[in-house]
Amino acid sequence: MPESKIHFDRVCLEYPKNGNKSGLRFARTPRPNGQSTLVLENIDLEIETGEFVSIIGHSGCGKSSLLKIVAGFVRPTGGSIWIDGRPVEGPRADHMFVFQEGALFPWLTILKNVSLALNSARDQADRIKMARQYLELVSLEAYEDYYPHMLSGGMRQRAELARALAARPDVLLVDEPFSGLDYLTRLQMREEILYLHMMLEKTTILFVTHDIDEALQLSDRVVIMSGPPGRLQSCRPICVAHPRQLSSSVLDEMRSDIYHQLGVHAAL
Amino acid sequence: MSVSACNVEMFPDIARILRALYRLILDGSLLKHCVASLFRVTVGFYLAIVTAVPLGVLLGLYRTLYRIVNPVIQFLRPISPLAWAPFAILWFGIGDLPAIFIIFLACFFPLLIAAVDASANINPIYFQVGANLQLSRWSAFANIILPAIIPNVMLALRMTLGMAWVVVVAAEMIGMKSGLGFLIVDGRDALRLDRVAAAMLVIGLIGLVLDRIMQQLGELESLRWKNARK
Repeated sequence: MPESKIHFDRVCLEYPKNGNKSGLRFARTPRPNGQSTLVLENIDLEIETGEFVSIIGHSGCGKSSLLKIVAGFVRPTGGSIWIDGRPVEGPRADHMFVFQEGALFPWLTILKNVSLALNSARDQADRIKMARQYLELVSLEAYEDYYPHMLSGGMRQRAELARALAARPDVLLVDEPFSGLDYLTRLQMREEILYLHMMLEKTTILFVTHDIDEALQLSDRVVIMSGPPGRLQSCRPICVAHPRQLSSSVLDEMRSDIYHQLGVHAAL
Repeated sequence: MSVSACNVEMFPDIARILRALYRLILDGSLLKHCVASLFRVTVGFYLAIVTAVPLGVLLGLYRTLYRIVNPVIQFLRPISPLAWAPFAILWFGIGDLPAIFIIFLACFFPLLIAAVDASANINPIYFQVGANLQLSRWSAFANIILPAIIPNVMLALRMTLGMAWVVVVAAEMIGMKSGLGFLIVDGRDALRLDRVAAAMLVIGLIGLVLDRIMQQLGELESLRWKNARK
């Protein structure tokens, strides 16, 4: 029986070649046949409770697909994922996915968006009160009656985080959440997520990104993927205390190493 | 004589139309015909809403079901609702029911297709979020599906009501003894073109009012998020 928080056991994913990706919506298992594309190949990984792990790789290497398998949106065609010793069989509120694009419901105010995650609360008044607390956590309490489109990209992303956290997940799956934001907002969001991770120390975070600095600043461990087909290339623990100085020699060396592994030389 | 042929007016002058209208109002027949037409439109329209919208959502969400049912829909859809009139009278007899049935048919398909389209095009991310939050079926319907399709369905309702109003007049011209359509046929048979024109005037005015009402509905609370975007 696996003892780690998240245990990846030879996870494979294949898509039929002429299959459409929209089938993902129903989490159908693509039928493996001769005409298929291998997306992920034998991913083995252990993640400990409370760990902040970043997954880095070129676009198309399958890192988002891997995250969707952990979330239970997509069923692997081979292998399995275990969380707390239980196999992942579908989406659950304690493994929250934070989406890349705006996934807030545009027809609900952000307060109502957040309160939707609190469907276990007893009565409406309780829900609203708790939803406000989560909005305070991301400093959006003044905007509770705003609809998502009235907020800036950074605020939307924070509201999305608040909604995910309101479900009280013990695993947070974050898929390039800041890629649509401007540079300054991204820096702010890094602080935000670091602060949240320290507040909720038992929460395990799996963070997909292609921003190496983001990974270096935030994570306890960086997982580098190659592909397609997606394979684990290497893991690099980062044993530097927060707040981290990105220009420090340790991180600098690590950065060059990651660039090298990814086969990017221009940046050096 | 050829001169008398020229006396047949191509269109009655406005004073005669207004006089005819005035008389129709005075003897109460205009009100009676308007109520008859509006009643048929209302019942047919509502019947179409309560059947077409739920069915459309079902078909929009379950693609397999849609693939099976769609050929039947596309087969029935191009048949003019008025072509059903003989059968409607055969099945439902004389009275309001045949006209209601024809209006129902006229509203059903546009609403169905709008509802299918709206629910099939809900961003799949919203369903993933719903699944992730483990929303109940009811909660997913109330918080995702319904609000997502309301704007498109409202637009379809507005257009469909206009169409229902066109169709009711036509339906009443076939074998009805009341309604604004009957008023037109009756005027024609009596060679009273002023009454025909008066009925047309009233039809247009009511159509305008109905559209205004639908437009007001478009500013409901449930659509505020959409309107604020404009």
